[in-house]
Amino acid sequence: MIKLDKVSKKFGNGSVGLSEVTLNIEKGEFVFLVGRTGSGKTTFFRLLIRDFLPSEGSITVGNFDLIKLPKHKIAHLRRKIGVVFQDLKLLMDRTIFENILLPLEASGFKDQDIKKKTEDIMEEMELSKHSDKFPLQLSGGELQRVAIARALILAPEILLADEPTGNLDPQTGEGIVNLLMDINKKGTTVVMATHNDVVVNKFAKRVISLDKGKVIKDQEKGKYEIS
Amino acid sequence: MRSLKTTIRHIRRSPYQAFAAVLIMTVTFMAISIFTFLILGSSKIISYFESKPQVTAFFKDSAKTENIRALEDQLSQSGKVSKIHFVSKQEALKIYRQQNKNDPLLLDLVTADILPASLEISTYKIEDLASISNMLRQSSFVQEVIFQKDVVSTLTAWTDSLRKIGIALIVVLSIVSIFIMITIIGIRISQKRDEIEIIRLLGAGGWYIRWPFILEGIFYGVTGAFIAWIISSIGLLYETPFLESFLKGIPLLPVPYLFFLEMLGVELILAILLGAFASFIAVLRYLK
Repeated sequence: MIKLDKVSKKFGNGSVGLSEVTLNIEKGEFVFLVGRTGSGKTTFFRLLIRDFLPSEGSITVGNFDLIKLPKHKIAHLRRKIGVVFQDLKLLMDRTIFENILLPLEASGFKDQDIKKKTEDIMEEMELSKHSDKFPLQLSGGELQRVAIARALILAPEILLADEPTGNLDPQTGEGIVNLLMDINKKGTTVVMATHNDVVVNKFAKRVISLDKGKVIKDQEKGKYEIS
Repeated sequence: MRSLKTTIRHIRRSPYQAFAAVLIMTVTFMAISIFTFLILGSSKIISYFESKPQVTAFFKDSAKTENIRALEDQLSQSGKVSKIHFVSKQEALKIYRQQNKNDPLLLDLVTADILPASLEISTYKIEDLASISNMLRQSSFVQEVIFQKDVVSTLTAWTDSLRKIGIALIVVLSIVSIFIMITIIGIRISQKRDEIEIIRLLGAGGWYIRWPFILEGIFYGVTGAFIAWIISSIGLLYETPFLESFLKGIPLLPVPYLFFLEMLGVELILAILLGAFASFIAVLRYLK
């Protein structure tokens, strides 16, 4: 599903985002991507959605060869990948309903389909009562659920979640991870970047550890082990 | 449809910028409307004068019909004359009455005896007017010769200047409005930079992002053109009675309603092109 072959990313200021990363994530897997701040987790996600190209190596996501992908096809790639951004990237001047329907609008769905699909996912994510509220009126956990709902609305094959428990209390954080697990059980490949050791250790899933842009460990049913 | 909704939202959320954009477009299209009226109107006035007898010879009361006929024959034989029309004293009175039918005082004062008989002569070429008028002046029965060459050439010179000034002003105003529109749409894009970035990351294609801004430019152009058209048309209709009395005898006014509609059509097309061009440049410049 996701294949990286000797991928490196060097930025203009000389810093290294990723260094010779080779890995393969199969369809339907749940993977924790762990590492300190600046270890390359976000760079990894940004490469997968072709926010930028790697300096070296090749990346394949589903049927998309990201190196050869023409610019006008990037939108098609992004519609296949749901992303929960670290800073959520919600539009503050739009209601929760309007935020969640954005990917549908951008993909050219009809108005009635947009309404139906948005209402359905909001119900599934227990957000219906917040439909007309604005992001500032919701709690951190609720906002995470909004971001997840938006990421899932196009029923993507892959879900990337960047630090989704970052600013949440342990209980709410665990609730979010449970939600991601449920999504994974329905067949979606989930990659969750985190440095929440409690969560990683509790769920015993594949753990890829990054340090200074390199993969230092890749374990099935792994533990959070960052020295 | 969705792009249109986004455009309306953009406009509603920054009404002052929208007002500035519409205002500059209105000014530009006001200039276009006014100069169109002036240039087309003056062209019509010139064609009217050109189609009218270019030399008019007024006869002394002593001139007899056979003297006038002889002069007519002499003019016809010159080969320079395209049309000769004799206006008798009675006919002259009829024309005078027609032209002053709303002024009884002027009608009472004038009789056929006062008005001279005349010959109205058109030539094939404007340069032959001088020799024809000389020929007429030499006749002992001719009291006065009115030579319209000067009127036409003065009017032509005025119209040419008017056209040049009009075109220059319209070009300058169009360039200014394009730059103002580029700036306003550019500001709009900068304000929406985060939103655009988010929408892009969520899978929006290039045109999904560009269309609302291009529609916004078209909206400003069309609204400005429409307001300018309403103001200038109402202005012209309001001034029509005054202009009619000022341009007495020249069949220019009232302007037919179809002309107003044609002008609206042309201006709207121009507005769409201008608005779309300006916003497209802004999108290319600010949405890389």
